[in-house]
Amino acid sequence: MVSPAVILLFLWMIVPLGMTLYFSFLRYNLLMPGMETWAGFDNYYYFVNQPAFWSALTNTLLLVGGVLCITTVGGIALALLLDQPFKGQGIVRVMVIAPFFVMPTVSALVWKNMFMNPVNGMFAHIAKALGMQPYDFLSQAPLASIILIVAWSWLPFATLILLTALQSLDREQMEAAEMDGASWFNRFIHLVLPHLTRSITVVILIQTIFLLSVFAEILVTTNGGPGTASTNLPFLVYAQSLLNYDVGGGSAGGIIAVILANIVAIFLMRMIGRNLES
Amino acid sequence: MGQITLSSVTKSFGEVNVIPPLDLDINDGEFVVFVGPSGCGKSTLLRLIAGLEDITSGQIRIDGTDATDTPPGKRGLAMVFQSYALYPHMTVRKNIAFPLKMAGMDKAQQDAKVENAARILNLTNYLDRRPGQLSGGQRQRVAIGRAIVREPAAFLFDEPLSNLDAALRVTMRQEISELHQTLKTTMIYVTHDQVEAMTMADKIVVLNAGRIEQVGSPLDLYRSPRNLFVAGFIGSPKMNFITGDQAARESCVTLGVRPEHLAVTTGGRWNGTIGLAEHLGSDTFLKVVTDEAGELTVRVSGEQNLHHGDRISLEPQADRLYRFNADGLAL
Repeated sequence: MVSPAVILLFLWMIVPLGMTLYFSFLRYNLLMPGMETWAGFDNYYYFVNQPAFWSALTNTLLLVGGVLCITTVGGIALALLLDQPFKGQGIVRVMVIAPFFVMPTVSALVWKNMFMNPVNGMFAHIAKALGMQPYDFLSQAPLASIILIVAWSWLPFATLILLTALQSLDREQMEAAEMDGASWFNRFIHLVLPHLTRSITVVILIQTIFLLSVFAEILVTTNGGPGTASTNLPFLVYAQSLLNYDVGGGSAGGIIAVILANIVAIFLMRMIGRNLES
Repeated sequence: MGQITLSSVTKSFGEVNVIPPLDLDINDGEFVVFVGPSGCGKSTLLRLIAGLEDITSGQIRIDGTDATDTPPGKRGLAMVFQSYALYPHMTVRKNIAFPLKMAGMDKAQQDAKVENAARILNLTNYLDRRPGQLSGGQRQRVAIGRAIVREPAAFLFDEPLSNLDAALRVTMRQEISELHQTLKTTMIYVTHDQVEAMTMADKIVVLNAGRIEQVGSPLDLYRSPRNLFVAGFIGSPKMNFITGDQAARESCVTLGVRPEHLAVTTGGRWNGTIGLAEHLGSDTFLKVVTDEAGELTVRVSGEQNLHHGDRISLEPQADRLYRFNADGLAL
């Protein structure tokens, strides 16, 4: 017997998905509402065959991959540091979590105007103080800058999850390894990392879901530019539907994004999903 | 070789002085048991010897060389932990081989040693399992296996049997004793269970509040305890302590008599009523409320038919009375 909750959840998912699928087969332009006609696979054909599509696809994957690398490696390092006993541990931990509470639009604006701005930004001031030419991050390296901003806000999440995992590591195991003559590095490789694999998997899977749909950071900093250098799939869908008024094309892009997300999910589960089994 | 000498070793955690200056000699090949109530510092003392805790002052010498500042991995000691501390993601084989791998031994030699240890400990069929798939006793054996492959100067056991059920504890106790007979390596064993201490030890160190109360062979401690604490701690059921007139008659402050040295007779020294009779089959433990000496525990043969409420008379064996002065020291 299918419970009402399952039916509700199914409707919750299938209605928007079905509507998007439906729109993606219509010639639906916001400038000419009420004039929708059947378009077949034209929307898909034109969405995929625009030059921006392939760069958006690579940008999406680079963004996800880059942020994942920085947050997992950085998260492990920070978690190891925070696991050490030191004075003011509580305050430092709260401060480390703080970036996660800053809204994406706000954090991106702060980075754009207060840090990366080539005239007034702090990085520019530092560069000038060192006698160097200020670097215009968002126009010279737009994607890398966005990766940095997004990684900054996701680092606390990874750190927190990995820190709790570290704290659950059995102290006697570490002492046993110490008695067995393992150096700090060997203890890290043979005990700490294997202990963390499950948490690392959780961090990667959860972050991937959110990183595939990064949007606000791009909108308030580079607007996808220069050109399409920092356009990812969600931003391209936005541009197609709301800047070009082409709801049909945007919906086709949305469906493509769903397919991409599923491909990534299958890959991830194949690669690291077995870590979740006990 | 495995001779360990502690000279005026102390340990404080902040303001709290856990171990006041302590001297101890452990000879090569000895099975030494540290025993005492919880919180007496016996585990701390073991961790000091292992190097997992730094000593506050004093010196630890292993085989004549100063090991006070040697890191734990370099002391040549192996430790078996209460929680076994096996590496959960490694197979039994990898667990046992871990110290060898860390020492950089080549693979063939590692395998030979692991096989050998597994044979001694009956683990050959379990080498490819993970710790999670083993029973408590098997995990314990893996932990011991990981210790013996290193061929250490001494083994340190930190309450290794306390997580096992009663039947398995007896078997493992015998296995560890047999292992000691085979390897003839120094073993230091921490427990709060005086039965383990009595059955396994060559030498028992009774600890109380970080101080050594007495060092000696199990029977030495049983026959001639140096003070009230040792007298009360060693022996099961506990020794009866009698104060007041009855003690004064023997010209001491506290008179000690073990339950097994009291005989049920007629016209004995102390008369009373049985409050509780615990029938174990082979023995019966009686709690007798006496008119002269308060409550006494008596151990009688299980054949005797005595029950709650029976009136009996008790006579101690005259040559097995322990007399203690006002400071609790044996006279």
